Parts: sequence; structure tokens; C-alpha cells
Amino acid sequence: MVNTKVNLCGIELDNPIIPASGTFGYGYEFAELYDINCLGTFSFKGTTLAPRFGNATPRIAETPSGMLNAVGLQNPGVDKVLSEEMVKLKKCFHKPVMANVSGFSPDEYAETCARMESEDQIGWLEVNISCPNVHGGGAAFGTSPAAATEVVSKVRKVTKKPLIIKLSPNVTDISEMARACEAAGADGISLINTLLGMRINLRKQAPLLANRTGGLSGPAIFPLAVRMVYDVYKAVKIPVVGMGGVSTAEDVLELMMAGATAVEVGAANLVDPYVCRDIINDLPRVMAEYRINSLTDIIGAAHR
Amino acid sequence: MIKIMHQGWYEIISNKALTDTVYRMELAGDTSAIAKPGQFVNIKLEGQFLRRPISICDWDDTTITLIYKVVGVGTRQMSRMEPGKKLDLLVGLGNGFDVGKSGDKPLLIGGGVGVPPMYGLCKRLIAEGKPVTMIMGFNTAAEIFYAEEFRALGANVIIATADGSVGIKGFVTNAMDGVDYTYFYTCGPEPMLKAIDKVASTSGQLSFEERMGCGFGACMGCSCKTKYGNKRICKDGPVLEREEIIW
Repeated sequence: MVNTKVNLCGIELDNPIIPASGTFGYGYEFAELYDINCLGTFSFKGTTLAPRFGNATPRIAETPSGMLNAVGLQNPGVDKVLSEEMVKLKKCFHKPVMANVSGFSPDEYAETCARMESEDQIGWLEVNISCPNVHGGGAAFGTSPAAATEVVSKVRKVTKKPLIIKLSPNVTDISEMARACEAAGADGISLINTLLGMRINLRKQAPLLANRTGGLSGPAIFPLAVRMVYDVYKAVKIPVVGMGGVSTAEDVLELMMAGATAVEVGAANLVDPYVCRDIINDLPRVMAEYRINSLTDIIGAAHR
Repeated sequence: MIKIMHQGWYEIISNKALTDTVYRMELAGDTSAIAKPGQFVNIKLEGQFLRRPISICDWDDTTITLIYKVVGVGTRQMSRMEPGKKLDLLVGLGNGFDVGKSGDKPLLIGGGVGVPPMYGLCKRLIAEGKPVTMIMGFNTAAEIFYAEEFRALGANVIIATADGSVGIKGFVTNAMDGVDYTYFYTCGPEPMLKAIDKVASTSGQLSFEERMGCGFGACMGCSCKTKYGNKRICKDGPVLEREEIIW
């Protein structure tokens, strides 16, 4: 019998599989399809202090082995997330959930996180300082170590929950960003968010997305994710949550060997709504194939 | 019982051109997730990351009929597929048309590849004994498809072509002049939907198109604002009521 359990910042997960924020809503759409309690946990839709409609459409474009999205953090705002979405979430998911938070100023991040503090089912805060699809916020904090430090320090003061910072790959040195977050009090690092991309509509001779640019995700970015998880694992002592183009159990093992304690699955959920359940079912077989008894043993194995 | 979407493999029974660019594909498989006309399927294609959403033209207990236009690499790939090939589909997506609101004399209006979902709707309205008027809009005679099929169902078919090569010269809105109806259902390009909204004399339901990520409500890729709040075209739509639309 193989052991798929991992410990993420003090909370044990039955397995390392975490649907990524923005690809899984608040869980209940998927709970109609399968019992989502099989998941390690999931990261719910990025939440901001005020409600946001997001960007104009089109928000989605096809790319080779992936997709661009420029949703722009559509969400009902933290108060409604807590009073409405969490109520529905609790009916179908009974494990600690990861709350994904975004903002436009360090104080706004802190205020949103503070309002989540009393919600016991929120196990971790995943603070997104890397959304490429909103202007004047998000990624601005994820591309400067000083700005990231300010966000992390302010949020750290208002929460006792494990604090995971979600990093952007759109930087020169992601290790420097990770070290700044660790020094400011982060308990974990998650990466990578999407890569900034663009497509052009040939008929209209204009950008395909209404936002012009969007974040690239899907299998196309998997090798970048492996490399960046590998680099960040070396740079910090806190746990790393890896993501970027994961769609199979083999991909999960690869990211874990690069240094990930847990693995988020994003774009694949949109194409195959059962993919996380299938990966979880597949893990024991693939672990056996590679003679892995316990997933904890392979975290960062590629560094040894 | 609430029907939820079904993921499964569907075998192509036939796949034939109706015009230069429009094809009709029949698939065999589980259709139990289809509850209403106007719903759609989302098709996985080899080498394409995102699925392709295609409206359901008609269905029965074991088959689904799709009519699609070749507009890009995905639909071109579909047009070359042979019977016997199996496709991975998500089936029973979207809200579909509410047949119950039709009144005694429903008017159906389809523009171009907005015509196909009207067929399944027409069939069900006629089965309820409703006299259906079906207005079909195309650019030119060579683009017309399914007029005979609608007539075979018993619908009163009115054709409008932009160049006047068949039927009424002009748009579907020109063809609406003088038609007596209690309610309307429509699907087609957004400028057409907007034009219909300007001239229609009753309530109605309009089916919208948008680029989608997932097709089942997870990604917020196809959101729109309505008078009843934010909606996802894929899950809360693609059919919206006339009264809620913000143009």
C-alpha cells in the first residue's frame, strides 16, 4: 500500500492534488460530477475585497498545447464569498480549503485576509501577487521584491493561518521573489501563475482577447513550471506548491521531484472536469511503477 | 430530476457537407444528459487543447445530430472525420430553450449556423401541437440548408437572403413583418439578435455565442452582465430572456 499523504504547512493532505484557483470555482460545480472530498484540497476562485465583474469578452483563446485567459478576477467580493459561496462549498467539501486572495494595494490584501480569519474551514491563504490580467494590481506586487515584502508583511500581521504566496513567472529571477516572501513571513510559496501572452485575430487584425494580453496555461508551460519549482525549492526552506500545465499523475511526480510538496492542477480541469479525480486514482499505480512508497520521500528528490 | 452533463465517447455515424462550409454530423452514444433544445456539446479534438462547443441540432435516445460551420482549425478537423471514429464529448451543457413559454403561435428565427438549434426546438413545439413559423436568414442561396427539413416537420418556413437570391430580400427582421406570433426564439450572430430585439413585439428567448474555456461554468471565461446579475453564457445561458439582456 503506497502512501500519498503529504503535509502542507502543518495540515495533512490525503494526497497532494489541489485544483488551482480560477479553474474550480467554489467546488460545487464539480461536486455535481464527483465527490470532491477525494481531493487533497482545492484553491477557490480568487477573491478581492470588492466585487469584480472582470474583463470584457473574449476572455479565452486557444494556443498550441494550452490556452490564454484574461478573466480579470471576476468574483463577488470577500463578504459574499464568505456569506454565500462558503455556505455552498461547505455542503459538498468537508476538508480545509485554500482561499485565494488578490488585491490592488497591500492594505486591501490585508483587509480581505483579515475578514477570512474567522472562517474555520479556510485552512490556508494563497495570496496571489501574480495575476497578469488586471491593471494596477496583482502582478505589480509579484514582480518587485520590495512590493511583495510589503504585501506579505501586512497580511502576516492579520492572519495565523498558513500563508502561501503565489508567484508570477513573469520575472527575471523568481528565486529572489521567493526569498523576499519567505523573509517577510510566508509559510509557503506556490508557483507558477500564468505567463503573459497574446494572440491576434487574423480576420480582425487585432488582439483576440478584449484585454489584449492574457495568461498562458496548459501543458505548454509545464517545463517552465518544473524549472522554476526546482529553482525556488533550492532558494527557500518553506514548502513549495507546484503548478503549471499538470495533467497526469506522472506530471505530479515530476513536479514533486523538482521540489513541490503539493501540486495544483489548473487548465486541465477546464478540458477534462474529472482530471483531478483521475490523477488521484492513478497515483498509486504510477507510484508503484516508479517504486515510490511514500510521496513525501520524493519531494525535491531531483536535487539529491 | 436535475440532469447533469455527461462525459463520454460518441461514435460518428455520418458526417456530410450540407453547403460549402456547413456540415452535419450524427453521433451515437448516451444522450440522457440532454434535457432541452438549445443545449450544446463540447468536443475534444486531437491536437487542440480547448474543446469546441457546438449546439445540438436534434437528438433521440441514442443519437445526437450536430450542424457546424467550418470556421477554424478545429471545425476543419471535424469536417474531415469519417464514420466509425469516436469523439470525447461533454454532453448536455447550457440551459437550453424553455418550450413552455411559447404561447399558441411561436416564432423561431435562425441566422446562418444559428439555424440548427431551432430544429430540435421546432420538432418539440410541433409535437405539442403548436403551429410554428420558422424564419431562416442566410447571405445567399448557396448557403441555405435545412429548409426542407423544417418543412417536413410541418413548420411554416420563410427564407430571407441578404442578396435576394431566394425568398425575401433582406434580413430576418424584414421577414418578421406581418407574422403573427405569441413568443419568439432565436439564435444567430449578435447583430441579428440585436436587430430582432429592436423590432420584436413579444417576449422571447435569444441564444448567444461566446468564446468559452470550459463550457460548464468553472472558468468565468464567457461571463456577461444581465439585468438579473452576472451570468455565464455556457452554464446560465446560452439562452437568455429578452427582458434580462443588456445590449
